[in-house]
Amino acid sequence: MASKVIHALYTDDDVLMDAVKKVRAEHYHIEEVFCPFPVHGLDKAMGIPHTRLAITSFMYGCVGLTVAILMMNYIMIEDWPQNIGGKPSFSYIENMPAFVPIMFELTVFFAAHLMVITFYMRSRLWPFKEAENPDVRTTDDHFLMEVDAGNHDVDQLTSLLGDTGAVEIKVIDKEEDNH
Amino acid sequence: MYTLSNRLRLFSIILMVVGLVGLIIGFTQAPSSIEEVKEMMAAHDAHGGGHGDSHAQTGGHNEGHSEDAHGGDAHYEHVLHQLQNKPWASLYAAAFFFFMIALGVLAFYAIQFAAQAGWSPVLFRVMEAITAYLVPGGLILFVILALSGFHVNHLFVWADPEVVAHDKLIQGKSGWLNGTGFIIRAAIFLGGWLLYRHFAVKYSRKQDEDSEGNKWYKKSFKISAGFLVFFIYTESMMSWDWIMSFDPHWFSTLFGWYVFASLFVSGITTIALITIYLKSKGYLEFVNDSHIHDLAKFMFGISIFWTYLWFSQFMLIWYSNIPEEVTYFITRIEDYKLPFFGMLVMNFIFPLLVLMNSDFKRVNWFVVMAGIVILCGHYIDVYNMIMPATVGESWFIGISEISAVLLFLGLFLFVVFRALTKAPLLAKGNPYLEESKHFHY
Repeated sequence: MASKVIHALYTDDDVLMDAVKKVRAEHYHIEEVFCPFPVHGLDKAMGIPHTRLAITSFMYGCVGLTVAILMMNYIMIEDWPQNIGGKPSFSYIENMPAFVPIMFELTVFFAAHLMVITFYMRSRLWPFKEAENPDVRTTDDHFLMEVDAGNHDVDQLTSLLGDTGAVEIKVIDKEEDNH
Repeated sequence: MYTLSNRLRLFSIILMVVGLVGLIIGFTQAPSSIEEVKEMMAAHDAHGGGHGDSHAQTGGHNEGHSEDAHGGDAHYEHVLHQLQNKPWASLYAAAFFFFMIALGVLAFYAIQFAAQAGWSPVLFRVMEAITAYLVPGGLILFVILALSGFHVNHLFVWADPEVVAHDKLIQGKSGWLNGTGFIIRAAIFLGGWLLYRHFAVKYSRKQDEDSEGNKWYKKSFKISAGFLVFFIYTESMMSWDWIMSFDPHWFSTLFGWYVFASLFVSGITTIALITIYLKSKGYLEFVNDSHIHDLAKFMFGISIFWTYLWFSQFMLIWYSNIPEEVTYFITRIEDYKLPFFGMLVMNFIFPLLVLMNSDFKRVNWFVVMAGIVILCGHYIDVYNMIMPATVGESWFIGISEISAVLLFLGLFLFVVFRALTKAPLLAKGNPYLEESKHFHY
């Protein structure tokens, strides 16, 4: 089923922010906004919930710390506790200062890399992925707001978007969710 | 304008009086002769059973070089010196701790100017008021240092000519560690810091009256940059003189940075606590949650920086285990296990977990709670740096320690809040003030 969306293009981020607020005040559904750079406060204006990436990162860090501790406890203390340069290998805690650099690095390593991979997965980014850019100008100097036309009156919606300062308005028939 | 409430004035005066009385009790309780020590230890051993043996084994590692010659009573004399040092050392630890808070705030203030920070100008008057403690705090510290440097008490072993006469290592260091040089250096450090403080506050007030062309602001910027250069050298030397020389046989190259991190984080925490207090009383309506958030981020970050330096110092010495260096940590781990590792929990693990969440950094009572733990943790840090060399295994957080903290806490509150009444709480001439008022993170 094909659905109708309206693409409204803007050339200024302040105008875009005002437009987003107006469109939301009129209870239209904004599908997506494409910007060439991050616009401060846009997520708040669009009502997008906070990211939980930082929380995942904290948990990945805990995993990394656990891996480091279990690994070194097994290798250095349980499996083959050798006397290496007089370092006490009787228990983990006695030799812990020597392990701290690795514990720290693995915590950071897990927290950073797994968070980045989570980000890629959640935002569906990978090599050879087909770009979803509806208009090439949005990577350079234009901002594009995609509004779901739904059952609304298209003429009324376009005139509203025109009032918000859009420089170009297009009505697009879109194949069902190709992204 | 802030007005000092009578309750706060009374509260700080009560703290000072109670602290002073307690400290005097602490001084009178210190034994004056070997016989008294023997009595005390006999009474103590009756409860503790055999505790004296461990004293005997570890005794003499510090001032021992001169005492080995005295024979039988050497051990008791050693304990006598420790117990006599106890009220002095607790006085010194508290005096240094509150002084170092004011000094940390001064460094933070200078950095805000030199970095042309846009968020902090609304907090400048709070910082200026905290640094007001540098004047009385510095003078008191100077007097204590002068007394110790000329051996009125036994705080610094290197100041004792009899000890030096038998100690080749201290003799080698006497070019630096001698009473006269010690006092001259202390005067230079304190003089430089107070000079900067005086002119920074003066220019800040002048900028309020005459902000045309930012003439005074530019002067503040220049002296702040100059002060920071002076500060990092003198702070480093101060840490050798005032802290590291308690253990004149020991040395560490990153000690200056370690002390700096400690004073810096205590200073920032104090700014946050006093800001939150004043805001809760309605005096700082232009300070918003984002300012508190930024201060909390600094508390968090510098706490971790402190831990990094603590660990770097500890791990390098633990790992190489060179006898002349490692005694420093061996005495601390054997005799001060709880304060030594407890401060690590208070200064690292607690702020790490409490202040990591960005929302928690905006919750005032959370920041206050974390701040109080950090400040207590850094008092224990100072305690750990000073006590093992002065009172050794005879340490105890008792009347003299708590009283000394109360005395200086009272003085600190009194001086800081009285200084707050001296100027409007908004530095209105600062060119970054509008940005700072609308600061939003």
